[in-house]
Amino acid sequence: MSIEIQGVSKHIGKFTALDNVDLTVNEGELVALLGPSGSGKTTLLRIIAGLETADQGSIVIDGEQASKRARDRNVGFVFQHYALFRHMSVFENIAFGLRVRPWATRPKNAKIREIVLSLLKLVQLEGLEKRYPSQLSGGQRQRVALARALAIEPKVLLLDEPFGALDARVRQELRRWLRRLHDDLHMTSVFVTHDQEEALEVADRIVVMNHGKIEQIGTPQEVYDHPANPFVYNFLGRVNLFHGRVHNGTVSMGEIKVDSPAPSDQDNVPVVGYVRPHDITIAKSRNGKATIEAKIQHINPVGPIVRVELERLDDRQPIAAEITRDQYYSDSYTVGDLVYVTPTNVGVFLDYDPVI
Amino acid sequence: MSAALQATKTTKSRKHHVLPGFGLSLGFTIFWLSAVVLIPLTTLFFKTCQLGWPNFVKIVTDPEAIAAYKLSFGASFTAALINLFFGFLVAWVLGRYDFPFRKFFDSIVDLPFALPTAVAGISLAALYSDKGWIGHFLAPHNIKISYTPTGVYIALIFIGLPYVVRTIQPVLEDLEGQVEEAAESLGASRMQTFLRVLLPTLLPAAIAGFSLAFARALGEYGSVIFISNNLPFKGEIVPQLIVNELSNYDYPAATGLAVVMLVTSFVLLLLVNTIQRYASRHQEAR
Amino acid sequence: MAGAPKLNLKQRHTGRSVTKPIWVRIILTLIAIIFLVGFLLLPLLEVFAQAFAGGVATYFATFKDPFVLSAIRLTLLAAAIAVPLNVVFGVAAAWSISKFNFPGKNILITLIDIPFAVSPVIAGLVFLLLFGHQGVLGPWLEAHNWKIVFAPAGIVIATLFVTFPFVARELIPLMQSQGTDEEQAALMLGANGWQMFRRITVPNIKWGLIYGVILCNSRAMGEFGAVYVVSGSIQGVTNTMPLEIETRMENFDFTTAYTLATALAMLALITLIVKTIVEYRSTRLLAEATE
Repeated sequence: MSIEIQGVSKHIGKFTALDNVDLTVNEGELVALLGPSGSGKTTLLRIIAGLETADQGSIVIDGEQASKRARDRNVGFVFQHYALFRHMSVFENIAFGLRVRPWATRPKNAKIREIVLSLLKLVQLEGLEKRYPSQLSGGQRQRVALARALAIEPKVLLLDEPFGALDARVRQELRRWLRRLHDDLHMTSVFVTHDQEEALEVADRIVVMNHGKIEQIGTPQEVYDHPANPFVYNFLGRVNLFHGRVHNGTVSMGEIKVDSPAPSDQDNVPVVGYVRPHDITIAKSRNGKATIEAKIQHINPVGPIVRVELERLDDRQPIAAEITRDQYYSDSYTVGDLVYVTPTNVGVFLDYDPVI
Repeated sequence: MSAALQATKTTKSRKHHVLPGFGLSLGFTIFWLSAVVLIPLTTLFFKTCQLGWPNFVKIVTDPEAIAAYKLSFGASFTAALINLFFGFLVAWVLGRYDFPFRKFFDSIVDLPFALPTAVAGISLAALYSDKGWIGHFLAPHNIKISYTPTGVYIALIFIGLPYVVRTIQPVLEDLEGQVEEAAESLGASRMQTFLRVLLPTLLPAAIAGFSLAFARALGEYGSVIFISNNLPFKGEIVPQLIVNELSNYDYPAATGLAVVMLVTSFVLLLLVNTIQRYASRHQEAR
Repeated sequence: MAGAPKLNLKQRHTGRSVTKPIWVRIILTLIAIIFLVGFLLLPLLEVFAQAFAGGVATYFATFKDPFVLSAIRLTLLAAAIAVPLNVVFGVAAAWSISKFNFPGKNILITLIDIPFAVSPVIAGLVFLLLFGHQGVLGPWLEAHNWKIVFAPAGIVIATLFVTFPFVARELIPLMQSQGTDEEQAALMLGANGWQMFRRITVPNIKWGLIYGVILCNSRAMGEFGAVYVVSGSIQGVTNTMPLEIETRMENFDFTTAYTLATALAMLALITLIVKTIVEYRSTRLLAEATE
């Protein structure tokens, strides 16, 4: 069941939380709303849920205008801090949505039990139905919250920072588990996160938001490899900036020239090239290529990759590069070495202060 | 212009709350507050305005009234001061030390809150009377407490104590031992730590507790009348004077005195709220 | 203004770092204990001793006195009316104040506290001025032959006034600290307003509510000043238990006065015990929640 968001705006006092947002979430898709705090991502999620109302625009779920009241929308919502009912057991938490149904559609007790137990199995918490929320770990609470949301057989599932309150390892595991669960259930799902890694790993599509607007929509690969603008570049991972000028379809950044159409109709304007650290190659010799000369300031092996901090000889700007461990050992770099830097995969944008 | 006004009005009234019952609960709250508290209280001011200024001044500056003010304010202030000292000590001991039955002693601090004032009054009067457990030790030395103005002080100390303890205690418990450790590690002596680190932090709570005890003592009636001699110019507190005026059917006099007391209470309430707001802001900043 | 004892839900950290010599601790502790026992506990013990001075039989015979029974009945009646009304008000006020944002909220909280700041005598006077013979509504009430002042109705209204803030004061901070997430979750799961309130809100505020009720009840039954002013102290008609104590003291019937006082003192002790239980339970829940 799809979600269509049409021209949604929301103002909170003088602050613009959402500014004319359009977005379509396709049936069965898992979409991440990614952005810094204050970007409007949570507000958008809560508007879809009916927990907040938009000043303008409409929400269409499954081809129907979403009803005004949250309780009639049949949307599963997992709260950031889970909002489990502290005085109810795990079983009663999950059964709640079934027990509050009108008498005519309320399942029999035996049926409720069957549904709850199968959900517990789904979220891998079999045998914990008698526990209370306070007796569960963060990851277990998260899964109870998910099971509780699924119990009402929602049309769509919304998750607010689903892994925000967990520690790093649990977060990793739960992420993969959620992805697998989604592959099994194929329920249209939207989750909010400020963690780009999480969005890249879990989502089918990522919606990058900033200042109440959508900056880019695309698959993880699209937004990572071809960011639409400097903000997306900055927000999704570390990035190096190379200042230069564009002239006749060629960007010159020091010695380096990159073929690139000018980012606008203007010619001979200052531009910035954005290059990810792993798109920086370094070599001990020039090899006849146009390069930037730099000196190694710091070497930091992190797992399979080695982070190399460089300083350009010409303008003393820092450059961050990531090379493989193999290259690190075969070329045997040490701090103070002079190296030749070549950026590959440069994203070119007009020079203005990047908005973070 | 009126169209624009209309527009803003409708959007406001259509403001959607997720949780239900806002209009109903707020409406009922305001209605009930007005019916039980606000409207009856305005009657008092309405009646005072009918008195006229010269009459009002004459009532509130009557010699008997002045004597009652002196006793009420003097005894309340003294009692609050004594409570400040002992209340601080009790809060400190309860908050910092462990000793047998600590929980029990902590509970009985609330006794004056829970005990009906009439019961407190006759209990204290019995205890300090010539035949009482404490009074019979004092009687041979010609010290009389019950049925004298001194009794007023005793009653007001009794009812005011929990206000000081319960205002200081949470702040004291909030103070991490680390702050003191830090001060000591920086070379402060124990006395310096107490005077320069603890006292300034506790000061807002101490002032608030003192003012609460003072305000409560000013309005107290039930416990005092049982232990005081209630004689005009001697053991008569302002609430007792108000009651006396009422039993003489002198409603204007009672009203005038009530307004003086009420305004004083409100000023104290305002003071306490300001201090507490200031203190809580101060603590968030930490 | 903290006119009522609030629940103390802080976890304490005893004596850490306070490296005072042991004798300082002992002396301070002893002073505190002597003060608490001498000033708070001893009067209570004295009144029990006095009440039982004439023997157990005399003590219980007091409760057969028709005026005493009438006073007990009126006390229970006033509490039975004032407490439920204050519970309804307290829950409504706490719901609107703690779960929603609106302008003037702080003013409203201050206004709710007013009865704590008003001397009980003045509270009684206000209703005399409103409903009494010379009062604003007095002539109208007399025309309809309705009696409020110097009648049980006046007792109930005065009680309502002095106990007004108790339940709300307990619930507002509690409900503010609980936030609105659980209620929102209930709505998202399809609960209607009443289901949300009954199944989520009420269980969460249960202990605070119990404590608020017990405090409110304790004050309702024990109120003296306000009801004294509106009652006229008519034995068997407008005397509540505290007022009956006063009447008996005036008539030098000390035994009955002390006996009634012990009955009210028991009420106070029950209040304190409930407070301790509620505090214990709430701190435990809080400790579990923050684990």
